[in-house]
Amino acid sequence: MDKLLLSGNEAIALGAFEAGVRVGTGYPGTPSTEILEHLTTFPDVYTEWSVNEKVALEVAIGAAISGSRSLVTMKHVGLNVAADPLFTASYIGVKAGLVIACADDPNMHSSQNEQDNRNYAFAAKVPMVEPSDSQEAKDFTAIAFEISEVYDTPVILRSTTRISHSMSVVIPAQDSVRKNGDSTVFERNIKKYVMIPSYARMRHVVVEERMRRLEQDVNNLDINRIEMGDKALGIITSGISYQYVKEMYPDASFLKLGMVYPLPEVLIRDFFSKVERVFIVEELDPFIELRVKAMGLEVEGKKYFSLTGELNPDAVGKPLSALGYKGNGKDKDELKTVMELPPRPPSLCPGCPHRAVFKALHKLGLTVTGDIGCYTLGALPPFTSMDTCVDMGASITLSQGIEIAEGRDREKHTVAILGDSTFAHSGLTGLLNAAYNNRNSLIIVLDNGTTAMTGMQPNPLSGQRINGDETVVLDYQKLGEAVGIENDHIVIVDAYKPDEIEETITNLVRKDGLSLLVIKGLCVILRRKRERRS
Amino acid sequence: MNNGVHNILMVGVGGQGIILASDILTLTAMFSGYDAKKSEIHGMSQRGGSVFSHIRFGDKVYSPTIPEGEAHILFSLEEMETLRWLSYANPESLIITLRTQIKPVMVEHYPSGIEEELRKRSSKVRFLEPAELRENIDNNKFFNVALLGVLSEHIDLPEESWRQAIEKRVPKGSFDGNWKAFQTGKKYS
Repeated sequence: MDKLLLSGNEAIALGAFEAGVRVGTGYPGTPSTEILEHLTTFPDVYTEWSVNEKVALEVAIGAAISGSRSLVTMKHVGLNVAADPLFTASYIGVKAGLVIACADDPNMHSSQNEQDNRNYAFAAKVPMVEPSDSQEAKDFTAIAFEISEVYDTPVILRSTTRISHSMSVVIPAQDSVRKNGDSTVFERNIKKYVMIPSYARMRHVVVEERMRRLEQDVNNLDINRIEMGDKALGIITSGISYQYVKEMYPDASFLKLGMVYPLPEVLIRDFFSKVERVFIVEELDPFIELRVKAMGLEVEGKKYFSLTGELNPDAVGKPLSALGYKGNGKDKDELKTVMELPPRPPSLCPGCPHRAVFKALHKLGLTVTGDIGCYTLGALPPFTSMDTCVDMGASITLSQGIEIAEGRDREKHTVAILGDSTFAHSGLTGLLNAAYNNRNSLIIVLDNGTTAMTGMQPNPLSGQRINGDETVVLDYQKLGEAVGIENDHIVIVDAYKPDEIEETITNLVRKDGLSLLVIKGLCVILRRKRERRS
Repeated sequence: MNNGVHNILMVGVGGQGIILASDILTLTAMFSGYDAKKSEIHGMSQRGGSVFSHIRFGDKVYSPTIPEGEAHILFSLEEMETLRWLSYANPESLIITLRTQIKPVMVEHYPSGIEEELRKRSSKVRFLEPAELRENIDNNKFFNVALLGVLSEHIDLPEESWRQAIEKRVPKGSFDGNWKAFQTGKKYS
């Protein structure tokens, strides 16, 4: 079989395809987006961009309990949105495998926080596997589907930016287990799938039994392995961190964990008996370290390796070499410059139709609650016209809180601003809340016809599905009227008419009651792409 | 560090085509029978920002990123970026930089003295004149493949692997033009 050069994300998609996945759902989010985009290129797999991660997981749960292997993809913060179904999906289990491929973003290359999603595996009581390169990303996806079915549980496959976006060599499977064509069926099983308290109590017992069984079995799982080397230095690690330590200390002894939850206690104790000193090398939280310490074992980790940002070969090598461990030392000094260079901060693209909006907001001096996506860049110079950014959809809701706290109900100072995909993701509930509670704010949706920041994925405002098929488009006017906004408080303008934008904002801010302003202008990158194609 | 792994760091600014170029180089290494990895970041910080790609190949490659000071070649498409990533090079590293200056958005004047600083820090800096190279290729779209041609003269990988990789990654119908550009790059000195 020919070797392939794949990113971790492409490899996860290939692994899912080889494992016979029938349904793929997700919401775009760097660094996870390419998983589902790649899965869409395979035959006989249904894929969709769902409206948000909660919806994506719920659709996948439905497919999995109906006998179709399902993959759900999202970035780390997406699992916060999907946490509600996750915790109960753990109780009801699956019928066919359910794998949640979730990508953390240590160092926040493109995120608002760097939460460590391994904590979700513990909190939701579901197993989690973590690959170290693209080959493992593919192989572990297939293993995750098997584990999901054997233990009747969703399984989380955790990636990180460096796994998702690095490319390495992958050998595809000789033959896949795909069985296509036949639809699968949902079979009633009320005590398993209806989580009213009395049934949920029973299921919780099943969950605890499952985790106890897993805790035993993971000691014999192939993807947890000891690589004996120099006994003086023992390393317990997983994911990308394994590669960094292996780079600097190829001769050390390793316990490489393919499954990071639950941990293989027997294997860990065995490893401790074989080596003199053990370090745990992991990015972000001391997830493995705390659990190994709870086993009563003496181990060091976060004392030497940062709680923040990414690790890299140097961040691993320097503290260990300072402790006297001789690894792949450098024989040459690195070059240094003392010259100060101006940074290149990210910025709204030249030609972005919505630059004019931020110019207008800057000029009007309003308090602007912002949101996730390209438009967060409105916070940076030269615009500096954004005052908050918390999570998806929070622009609309934070502005409501500010309005309540300030008690100004006649004069609007606060404007909420968000993009079309974010609006569909979790702006709608905030809009309903504003209307329902008689808020007085102005909500501005910047509609560029796509989910631009993550690389142009269609959404419910684009008229297109993930595979390019045409579909319905949400009607802002009707939506606004339906939630109760007055007809003349809903305005849709062209982003390419900057004068109209400033005037409309000024008018709407003066009006009593909730207003909705939609500023439409196709993303300049997407426009150029389409022009090139035609 | 002598573990037989070759390290090339490609740097530049968003939109310069680093990702395609590094894809082709990494594929070439794989087609030549090596273990190969590359690492880069996509997403917000790349909007007009500094872009990099670590390419590594050898019998066995662990880290997808290059340790500081370990790049055999620092290949840069923008002068200031060459200096920004200098710590990945050592006195033996070959530094190839395109004579191109792209001003950061919020900066009034491009910093002066970049070339002097580079030459002060390393005796192995080579500047490429983009105009000279562009003159000899049919279409500006093939420019980065021409640059790979220049780079290929400093990396020991068979020409057949380069051909295979370019064919796999460039748009259908553009191979001949790209291959000619690659050959032009090879002859550039």
